[in-house]
Amino acid sequence: MKPAPFDYVRAESVHHAVRLLAENKDGARIIAGGQSLMTAMNFRMSSPALLVDIGELEHLRDITLTADARLRIGALTRHADLDASPDIAAHTPLLRKAIRHVAHTAIRNRGTFGGSLSHADPASELPACVMALDATIHIVGPDGDRVVPARHFFTGVHETALGAGEVLVAVELDVIKADEVSGFGEFARRQGDYAMVGLAAHGRIAAGLLTAVDLAFFAVGSTPILARRAAAALVDPATPDPAQRLQRAREALSLDLDPPDDPQSSAAMRMELARVLLGRVVGDMLARGAGA
Amino acid sequence: MMSDRAPVPPLALDRPNSYIGRSVPRPNARRLVQGRGHYTDDVAAPAGVLHAAFLRSPYAHARITHIDVAAAKAAPGVALVVTGAEIDQVCEPWVGVLSHFKGLRSATQHALAVDHVVWQGEPVVGVAALTRAMAEDALSLIEIAYAELPPVTDPDAALLPESPLIHPELGSNLAFALTVESGDAEAAFRDAHTVVSGDFRFGRHSPVTLEARSVLADFNPSERRLTVHQSTQTPYQMQDIYARHLGLPQANVHVIAKDVGGSFGMKLHVYGDEVATVAMSVILGRAVKFIADRLESFPSDIHARDHRVRARMAVAADGEITAMIVDDLTGVGAFSAYPRTSAVEGNQAIRLMGGPYKLRHYSGNLRVVFQNKAVMSQYRAVGHPIACGVTEALVDQAAAAIGLDPLEFRRRNLLTDDVYPYTSPTGYLFERLSHHQCVDKLERLMDYPALRADQAEARTKGVVRGIGFAVFIEITNPGPAFYGVGGARITAQDGCVLTLEPSGNIRCAVSVTEQGQGTEAIMAQIAASAVGVRIEDVRVITGDTAATPYGGATWASRGAGIGGETVLITGKALRANLLRLAGILLQMPPDNLDISDGLIVDNATGRERITLQELARIAYYRPDTLPQGVQAELTAAHHHVPRGQPFAFTNGIQASHVEVDVESGFVRLLNHWVVEDCGRVINPLLVDEQIRGGVVQGIGAALFEECLYSEQGQLLNGTLADYLVPMASEMPDIHVDHVSTPTLHSELGAKGVGEAGTAGAAAAVLNAINDALQPFGARLSQMPATPERILRALGKLAG
Repeated sequence: MKPAPFDYVRAESVHHAVRLLAENKDGARIIAGGQSLMTAMNFRMSSPALLVDIGELEHLRDITLTADARLRIGALTRHADLDASPDIAAHTPLLRKAIRHVAHTAIRNRGTFGGSLSHADPASELPACVMALDATIHIVGPDGDRVVPARHFFTGVHETALGAGEVLVAVELDVIKADEVSGFGEFARRQGDYAMVGLAAHGRIAAGLLTAVDLAFFAVGSTPILARRAAAALVDPATPDPAQRLQRAREALSLDLDPPDDPQSSAAMRMELARVLLGRVVGDMLARGAGA
Repeated sequence: MMSDRAPVPPLALDRPNSYIGRSVPRPNARRLVQGRGHYTDDVAAPAGVLHAAFLRSPYAHARITHIDVAAAKAAPGVALVVTGAEIDQVCEPWVGVLSHFKGLRSATQHALAVDHVVWQGEPVVGVAALTRAMAEDALSLIEIAYAELPPVTDPDAALLPESPLIHPELGSNLAFALTVESGDAEAAFRDAHTVVSGDFRFGRHSPVTLEARSVLADFNPSERRLTVHQSTQTPYQMQDIYARHLGLPQANVHVIAKDVGGSFGMKLHVYGDEVATVAMSVILGRAVKFIADRLESFPSDIHARDHRVRARMAVAADGEITAMIVDDLTGVGAFSAYPRTSAVEGNQAIRLMGGPYKLRHYSGNLRVVFQNKAVMSQYRAVGHPIACGVTEALVDQAAAAIGLDPLEFRRRNLLTDDVYPYTSPTGYLFERLSHHQCVDKLERLMDYPALRADQAEARTKGVVRGIGFAVFIEITNPGPAFYGVGGARITAQDGCVLTLEPSGNIRCAVSVTEQGQGTEAIMAQIAASAVGVRIEDVRVITGDTAATPYGGATWASRGAGIGGETVLITGKALRANLLRLAGILLQMPPDNLDISDGLIVDNATGRERITLQELARIAYYRPDTLPQGVQAELTAAHHHVPRGQPFAFTNGIQASHVEVDVESGFVRLLNHWVVEDCGRVINPLLVDEQIRGGVVQGIGAALFEECLYSEQGQLLNGTLADYLVPMASEMPDIHVDHVSTPTLHSELGAKGVGEAGTAGAAAAVLNAINDALQPFGARLSQMPATPERILRALGKLAG
């Protein structure tokens, strides 16, 4: 379990990193916390010729409130930083809820927000969160800066909209409003394991009913999946009874999701757990009410 | 109950300054937690050390048609590339059979595969290079052409006439078969009031020691001397293996096992990659080191369990269990392991069935089959969890069928205190067990009535809880009947050399070994108590064939019972030597003197007469002051092997309290209790931690651990992300209490405790889950009880 030989450069700036990536077209990878990439390299599942370490670019670690009331989270923000940040707790409680489900303390101390999103593991919590929150992904590349909606960012297993030579530098999202509520849950065999099924949800609530909701399920496909039909059932004005809404949403879920079989869990099991999770997360959101 | 027994002779250890029965901290604990452990990979490597890596078969079953190592040989840093045929030139292959398992067969196993690979992960080519990374780089340059053969994976299918043969020379895939019959089981079933039955499955496990298999071999051609540092339970067994298979005089082979980071039975088998590493050192005359990584540990460490058991239990109208009929089919992978074989797991499973109970009619049928999977062999609590899982599940079913509380049903059927010594229907001799005392103590410890009340109340709130029990017996203190009688060069005796050093300290060299479980602490306690010194003045030396006497070392819960007794005997001999010398010096009869806290004292008054330090000073530096003709005997050496019974038995009972989420199938462990009887408890802290660690392994079996193979024989979950070992977050509190029935076959009376936790925990957890599911008409008979299996049992998943 030793990696194949590789070169290593510590980037002095984002543009330096972008240049290094451009100069080593196929063989260079960005490394930040290294919690997934180093494992893949030790398994020799990934053998980059060059690692470009952006770990010293401290300004990518900031969490800031922007002028237009959005939260900007730097790509190098550690999971532990997200957990400890009062801004995260106050303005995007979904991330706060999700972060403690990400692996274990030692991994959260090194693993980064941007790294998790770029790695795009289908069983990861944070990609689903940024989809539920309709966040934007901020990218710097050889052709300049660009912004991609999170809902268009994840394209497959470990595949994203990041092009050759591009670096994810930040995520922006709206701060939670007074009438909004978020929910999170996952089924994992052990604390810190990859989820068998997970759900990140964010919605609006009025008079004890959801009036809008986004449901991002993860570990049920190659990317996080927005369960649109289930979400529509949960906010259907024609159904005033929340229990009936939930029942319809659970039924609709089989149209939204088509989970895979794998050695740890059958598709039928994942589907059943997704239904159970939907009920529990929505129940929790309704019970807690807006603003959390 | 104890008053019924023959009087226990006064024990040399029941002395005022005895350490026996005290939770003395382990002398090595501080060193280990400070990161100062000295594992094989920490050994300062000899100059020019090379690092080995192995190319392993990607196929479960294939013929090797071509191997091209030219590019690997030319790769940077590479000193040697070897194939199986080349290793065979210096190392004799082996066959994992022993004569006392009549009919056991296996094929010739080479250190590295020759022409034919029989499991995915089998080592095929070895590379020794300047670094492990360079060795791995070279592996990627080796080209091997394989012709795939149809794999045999399912144990049932392995015995079908049309099945492909893994070893054509054997004529079938059957490795071993055994029938154990007692009484007339079929008649008992005809007469039964109630019959319960089940088709039980027990998943394959991987041991997952914290420290992987590790070996550092250094062959010195000038003297033909071989030094091997190895993470092993059995340095002497390995010394013998290396000497015989590499053609070296045994005296020229030195095996050292310093700290060992867990073994659980996994580190006493012979592994091809380790032997090949040693052989490469012999070929090169240079040190070669191999540290298995996790990716290769999963498919190459021995696996465990893998049973399918069809079993029935007959019960009379009054709730008496009368008979069991058991058919155990177990898959042992591609070979029977060397040198202890892979027959022991099945043999013990089939003979431990029904063991705690009074039933006299038994029919057990065992078949052990080869598969194209990793080799299965002895692992903690060999066979026990299978026998306990099957028996205790049937006992719960029978109790429910008769309409009795499961604990009451057990009380009616457990062997009573007046039957000992007792020979079980399967031929096991029980010196004295304490089932009823253990049941009584457990019932109080867990407050059973309160738990049943809680269960009923929780149900009204939709919370589903269950309580499960598992009575178990445990095989310990193995004598020569285990391996020696079958022709294995595996000793059942231990040796100890105790010396009073010039400083007045005691040096204790003993053949049992430390695997992280605290053996050295136990030996120090016994030596200190037997001689009469402070424990901090005892230095224990283990794990070095050049420094300790030849002995069996550590397996099958033999350390305290056999090694400990050896130290006790030796300690008493040294004390007698020292008192004789003190008597001469003090001009007193030795019988009037004693040694206490490192002082020679007057027996009658306890008054100090001379310190051991002073005695040692005189004996070593001023023997001229002793009377003419007196020689100070400052060393005692003894060997000891258990006689009188082939092995010992302990017993106990466990209980598990669980909560089942019947929507998700997830199980939460609320509490776990163990009451066990390991005879004399030498160190309560270490005994309790042995129990707790064993319980955690049993919980792993019940809920988490399973090597998943594809039909093609590919291990699907061979990483620590995919193979689920039990972790602290999911573990319940584990409450431990004891009943103590010392064995009378030794003065120490210790029976061993290493298997007990693992023996019964899984059965207790599965019974608790089934107790919880009982109102839903659901029952599981497969381990691990995964959430998916639970939902399927509940009928919540289609397909």
